[in-house]
Amino acid sequence: MTDRALAVVRAGALTTVQDRGRPGHAHLGVPRAGALDGPAAALVNRLVGNPVEAAVLETTLNGCAVRPRSTVTVAVGGAPCPVTLDGRPVAWGAPVRVPAGALLEVGAAVRGVRSYVAVSGGVAVEPVLGSRSTDLLSGLGPAPLTDGTVLPLGPVLAPHARVDVAPQPSPPAELVLRVTLGPRDDWFTPEAVRTFTSRPYRVSPASNRIGLRTEGPSLERARPGELPSEGMVLGAVQVPPDGRPVVFLADHPTTGGYPVIGVVRAVDLSATAQALPGTPIRFVAVRRR
Amino acid sequence: MRALPVGDSALLVEVTSGEEAQALHAELLRRRSEGTLTVREIVPAARTVLLDGLADPVRWASELTTTDLPPVPPRAREVVELPVRYAGPDLADVAAHWGVSEQEVARIHASAEYRVAFCGFAPGFGYLTGLPPLYDVPRRATPRTAVPAGSVALAGPYTGVYPRSSPGGWQLIGTTDTVLWDHTRVPAALLSPGTRVRFVPVGAA
Repeated sequence: MTDRALAVVRAGALTTVQDRGRPGHAHLGVPRAGALDGPAAALVNRLVGNPVEAAVLETTLNGCAVRPRSTVTVAVGGAPCPVTLDGRPVAWGAPVRVPAGALLEVGAAVRGVRSYVAVSGGVAVEPVLGSRSTDLLSGLGPAPLTDGTVLPLGPVLAPHARVDVAPQPSPPAELVLRVTLGPRDDWFTPEAVRTFTSRPYRVSPASNRIGLRTEGPSLERARPGELPSEGMVLGAVQVPPDGRPVVFLADHPTTGGYPVIGVVRAVDLSATAQALPGTPIRFVAVRRR
Repeated sequence: MRALPVGDSALLVEVTSGEEAQALHAELLRRRSEGTLTVREIVPAARTVLLDGLADPVRWASELTTTDLPPVPPRAREVVELPVRYAGPDLADVAAHWGVSEQEVARIHASAEYRVAFCGFAPGFGYLTGLPPLYDVPRRATPRTAVPAGSVALAGPYTGVYPRSSPGGWQLIGTTDTVLWDHTRVPAALLSPGTRVRFVPVGAA
């Protein structure tokens, strides 16, 4: 039990390997992928002494349980959750020494959606196009974890951080998403643009790593028909025929034919990773910088 | 040409034809390789090219809309040949739509030279143009839940080859054994925007 690997004892609802993704291949139809809550992934990496681009685990709602085969340092962040080591509570948001063979349980999120688990050395699955991230749209990268999956770990490069508990933002009670309008806001009635930027929406349970789906007032088109497919950016707010805005997240398709009414600022997107279904959303129009 | 800002760091450049989009794409690649354009992604599509990860979209908007595009050099890239068995399950429907025999579909399809206008839908899936507009076909009324990898298919003005098994609504006219996408290969995608392609009939149609 001295090899550098991590055995997955309980995979949880959806746990994936994520790093900073594989931007730069959109012209081949390859989504960027990467941790939805980038700041949380970077923080847990720093806590265990990893470079910020090391691959971590991203859990969904009910955590996961892992057993390292050699002694490692682990940090759990993002959505707050109970963390136990062989059944005893240990710190969330701080480096924790996990002896070889011990069971680390990342519990269900108390608030928020996605917890991040960094392990010293980082998850060292084979990169695909420069990234170890799971891409749920196109299936690139490692498959979502299943019970019994064994993940290789990389070499430890630096000692873990000397902190008790690192401050982390709380999961949002309300999502305030700053939006620059366009490029296709002229496909909607002026009334629809006002509705979009003034009326409340809620996070739909159909949201996933591809997009934050919303419930709320339907946005009426000023013109019928379809756009020829065009390139899509992270944070694009696409409006499908049902009129409910969808905010494109990390695994979004690289091209699409539904009009984009606006684009959410990138720094506002990490909060969407932690927004439970039903969370109120306000889209606030801001001027382009 | 029209340049629409997208968020704070991207620009969607809109043109009026697929040919113009290809010329613009070629020109943007040229500028990136000579070092005058710094951008994370250049994503061509049907009538647009998206520049994503651009430091100064406003300056590029005015720069590009006042540029005369040089035409795409016709022989700039080598031709990728894809051997095809023209025996897809929608061959008869396409033949009926074109008003020709199934053998004639194969002959017409294999006689054109194609160019990858853009990629999307799945890694390595190219939208190929090259057939005259009279051969446009609609998508299938009911998409298939699983189209086999290597299927050569038509929809609208495009030909596409499914890099892996996936759901799809295109009309399947044939199959190729050539591997379109292999992430362990460099490059992973056999077809990328601008690649020239010919389909070569093999076996009995």
